[in-house]
Amino acid sequence: MPASRLPARLDVLQSASGVFLALFMWLHMFFVSSILLGKDAFWHVARFFEGYHIFGKPYPILVSGVALFVFAMFIFHAALAMRKFPADYREYSAFRKHAGEMKHGDTTLWFVQVYTGFAMFFLGSVHLYTMMTRPETIGPYGSADRIVTDWFWPLYLLLLFAVELHGSIGLYRVAVKWGWLEGRNPAATRRNMKRAKWLITVFFLTLGLLSLAAYIKIGIDHRPNYGEHYVPPSIEEPLEPRQ
Amino acid sequence: MQANARNLIMNETTTRTLTIQILRHNPQDPESEPRFESYQLDEAPGMTLFIALNQIRDEQAPSLQFDFVCRAGICGSCGMLINGRPGLACRTLTSKLGPEITLAPLPVFKLIGDLSVDTGAWARQMGERLETWVHQESEPDIDRLEERMDPDRAEEIYELDRCIECGCCIAACGTARMRKDFVGAAGINKMARFRLDPRDERSDEDFYELVGSDDGVFGCMTLLGCNDVCPKELPLQTQLAFMRRKMASVK
Repeated sequence: MPASRLPARLDVLQSASGVFLALFMWLHMFFVSSILLGKDAFWHVARFFEGYHIFGKPYPILVSGVALFVFAMFIFHAALAMRKFPADYREYSAFRKHAGEMKHGDTTLWFVQVYTGFAMFFLGSVHLYTMMTRPETIGPYGSADRIVTDWFWPLYLLLLFAVELHGSIGLYRVAVKWGWLEGRNPAATRRNMKRAKWLITVFFLTLGLLSLAAYIKIGIDHRPNYGEHYVPPSIEEPLEPRQ
Repeated sequence: MQANARNLIMNETTTRTLTIQILRHNPQDPESEPRFESYQLDEAPGMTLFIALNQIRDEQAPSLQFDFVCRAGICGSCGMLINGRPGLACRTLTSKLGPEITLAPLPVFKLIGDLSVDTGAWARQMGERLETWVHQESEPDIDRLEERMDPDRAEEIYELDRCIECGCCIAACGTARMRKDFVGAAGINKMARFRLDPRDERSDEDFYELVGSDDGVFGCMTLLGCNDVCPKELPLQTQLAFMRRKMASVK
């Protein structure tokens, strides 16, 4: 009987789901950071995903659908990646000792993946479940209230670091794992990719921290009116079926 | 003449005293406990760790065990952990290291004693497990000249055949440290070598039977410690990715 093809398929799916999630997070950060352009900009981005600009009124269920799909991919990727986690304390301590002795960049990066991945099991799940069940609250005031008054800011701060490290390290690792973009000089390409990886991490972390700061400021100012939704001055009628 | 004399004086005044800590243990001796022992010696110009170890054995520790044959990075016998990283003692200049050096035997492999490990047993089981020889359907006629091979192809095979099975890539592999059945870069590189060989009639499906598992190419987590410590600078990163792509595309 021929050897199972499953290990090959799972390996490909782990990389593919990881690449999807990493690229999704890049787009996600651009959408979230639209708050830096003002409340109206973020309001339009949030309503865009609810189909407001197509149907003339928002359908938050569309966002629930996207969140559900991303949540499914997230769980799928976590399940596949868990296959590589140290299985017991013996394996964990052997790897830890090894990484400590070797002082080798890529070996340490993998440990970062394990730690950030493990943290995201919990942090990411809380966020995704909230987005899935309360999509109508996404908006300049709703999101800011969640971050400040509902105490999501510590969770988002940790999640931001976990996601930005895990995503860019993951993309770099997938590229070297499958030999993408190797070129004639794989060593030089790897060095450049690593440099690009750090630049991308710093860029998205900066964007994320600035955006979080903007939401926190709005949330503090808006605390007395918790629960009230933002409506741009140009929109006169309250939107239905929003709360 | 004057310049030479000045250089000589300079060398004498800049001679360092090296402190070499060696993890010592003799598993044959029930009384033996693993322990670090410290040795001091004066560094000589062009000194390698191999020379330093010989000097320590000659002058301070006659029972010190370590392996060597060629002294030139060809036999792969003197692999050890040098300040925590695998490397060949004969290819490591002490001048590239700090004055305090820590040496330990390569992990993963069976310890013979002190810095000496049995990489041979590992390489043998790997060779048997992966069938690292040319497979042909028909019995070759040894009275006939071999089929000619494209020189570029021969060169590519030779490039991968330079592996000396020193064990550094295995000791540098986080996966191999966690999972003893992982075949490691030396094994996957061997598969890539035979896959290139036009005399080997095995198909990708056949190679999949040997390395298409989580103990084989899909167990590799691309930590690339192997690639970065290989004393022969084999293109392990490229070969691991190549074999992963080939095995992943087997139907």
